[in-house]
Amino acid sequence: MSEFTVEKSEQYFDVLREIGNIGAGNATTALASLMQSKVDMRVPQVKLLEFSEVGKLLGGEEQVMAGVYLAITGDIMGSIMFLVKEEVAMYLVNKMMMGMGSDLRGEMESSALKEISNIITGAYLNALSTMTNLTILPSIPDLTIDMAGAILSVPAIEFGQLGDKMLLIQTEISDDIDIDGFFIMVPDMDSYEKILSSLGIPV
Amino acid sequence: MDIKVGMADLNVCSGSDSITTLGLGSCVGVIIWDPTTKICGMAHVMLPDSTAIRNNTNIAKFADSGIDELYRRVLAKGANRGKLVAKIAGGAQMFSVQSQSALIRVGERNVEASKKKLRELKIPLKAEDTGNSYGRTVTFYPATGEYHIKTVGKPTKII
Repeated sequence: MSEFTVEKSEQYFDVLREIGNIGAGNATTALASLMQSKVDMRVPQVKLLEFSEVGKLLGGEEQVMAGVYLAITGDIMGSIMFLVKEEVAMYLVNKMMMGMGSDLRGEMESSALKEISNIITGAYLNALSTMTNLTILPSIPDLTIDMAGAILSVPAIEFGQLGDKMLLIQTEISDDIDIDGFFIMVPDMDSYEKILSSLGIPV
Repeated sequence: MDIKVGMADLNVCSGSDSITTLGLGSCVGVIIWDPTTKICGMAHVMLPDSTAIRNNTNIAKFADSGIDELYRRVLAKGANRGKLVAKIAGGAQMFSVQSQSALIRVGERNVEASKKKLRELKIPLKAEDTGNSYGRTVTFYPATGEYHIKTVGKPTKII
């Protein structure tokens, strides 16, 4: 197998940007219909960051966030994660529960949040799957509400086996408030190559 | 002054200063401390074994090479070899779902690997707060030897 690091792959960066664009577009449409309101989206940004910079982007390592994590199987293996700040998560949940949400750690609320995350991560995965013609099967989502640093340690450790940087897509959606969402996908080593070669990019 | 240690990073500190790492998840915050000179060091290790990974130039990232380097650095700062003790925190499992390509139970393995390396270096482990499923912000005070562990929604724990 050829030497492959996230730092080296310009092409993969472009692929992610495209997935980000299409995925965020899909997610916006889905969210708008779920919440029955108009939702705007800004162009997503793909960032390759040192581990230490990621915490800062999210508002500090101790910023409490809701993180939803899914394993992916099928033609590619790996994981995806969707992160939003606690207050944004609460806003989304309340919107979906018609203002009846109270405790983000409650059963109804966490189930609503998982559903929202399913829609958003599903939108990205669909974009990737359509572009590459690869089958991508997400697991059931798992939710945790904790410090950003602690949640990020999970994808960081997965990236850590390849290098010292992490790739993420920052999506800004706004309806009445700005919804900053962070999307992190970590395919394993073989899957990087599969994604690129399925798009006709020599690895 | 409070010295910050980032992810996959290490540093030393002494006297009335303190040393902190923010938001530990599955990573482990390893402290080596000499109570006689009040010299200590902290490593924020992410992965258990540097020999299992090809891209291993950042020695602070791994429990084995990170603790070796931490040991070297506290001795270079003037700590007494025979007086050193250790405290560790972290190694949580943040999610119950696991990707097939991920290291299984990496938090637990980081803790095990850290303990193994400390045993090899003959540094007694005085206290630990490891495992579970929540993040921790940890601060060590070399003047007193207190290791403060902050978690979301719980009072600070001191080990």
